[in-house]
Amino acid sequence: MGVEQKLGDMGVLTTTLENFVNWSRTNAMWPMLFGLACCAIEMMAAQASHFDMSRFGMELMRASPRQSDLMIVAGRVSRKMGPVLRRLYDQMPEPKWVIAMGDCASCGGVFNNYAIVQGVDEIVPVDVYVAGCPPRPEALIHGVVTLYEKVKGEKFKDLAKS
Amino acid sequence: MDKKLETIVQALQENFSTTFEEFRGEVHVFVKAENIVDALTLLRDKYDFELLSAMTATDYWPQLSPRFHVIYQLTSLAKNLSVQLRVPLNGDQPKIPTATRVYEIANWRERELLDMFGIEPEGHPDPRRILMPDGTEGHPLRRDYPLGYEEPQFTFNYEEIDLQKPYAKE
Repeated sequence: MGVEQKLGDMGVLTTTLENFVNWSRTNAMWPMLFGLACCAIEMMAAQASHFDMSRFGMELMRASPRQSDLMIVAGRVSRKMGPVLRRLYDQMPEPKWVIAMGDCASCGGVFNNYAIVQGVDEIVPVDVYVAGCPPRPEALIHGVVTLYEKVKGEKFKDLAKS
Repeated sequence: MDKKLETIVQALQENFSTTFEEFRGEVHVFVKAENIVDALTLLRDKYDFELLSAMTATDYWPQLSPRFHVIYQLTSLAKNLSVQLRVPLNGDQPKIPTATRVYEIANWRERELLDMFGIEPEGHPDPRRILMPDGTEGHPLRRDYPLGYEEPQFTFNYEEIDLQKPYAKE
């Protein structure tokens, strides 16, 4: 016996606040316009008409970290780029998420050497790792949808702790 | 060897008692470190080598004398010639007189040599690292620099690596 049955067809839904907030955080997640290497080409392809990431509410890339919710680290991060990446992350407003796109961003990939950071999780906390060298646009979209699932499962009481 | 190049190599030999070797038509002239600035000046002013097209080094570690060769690749656009000068350097803390007063481009090239090989350019106007971030230890292109930075994480050593990996905080 919910409110909707009493109110008839007035277009009212009942849900928990937690579900509502998490739902509003997904489906319009704006990534930062930020590409570092060949993965960025696949990221562009994922947003173009053929794969069309706007189906998931992500047609808009923000060129400013102040306006973005999601950082897609698309490519290898050199040691000199590391502090820049961290600064961009710090400039993003909460809540914010990070996808490490591709092998280089996830673990250094083929660049096990002095110049490349061995996984961006040493610099920023990563939510989803997307494997591939570079990952196909489908793989990136899958990574984004996986992140949505993660966000939908977030609890207020866990947010209070951090 | 090219006829025009022969006179140039002879002139270097007379002025700076250099030696040379030839490999597949390319001439490498070995110059002592104290003569390199004068040799470059002579080549630029008298023999039209207006372009320092490359400047690099080689590490012959574990050999220590010479351990390094600093290599100047000079090009003459006017005469269509190319010659390579090599300066052998001994020991682990090599120094070379700066060539920035002869060729401006040597500024960044010498900073790269300082960064990658630890070859100190004496009298350089701005001796900082150019590629690696400040505070980097060691010189990555030296032969005794460790090859890999990190052991790759596989299934069998996942937890061992996971414990020591410097994860970022929120």
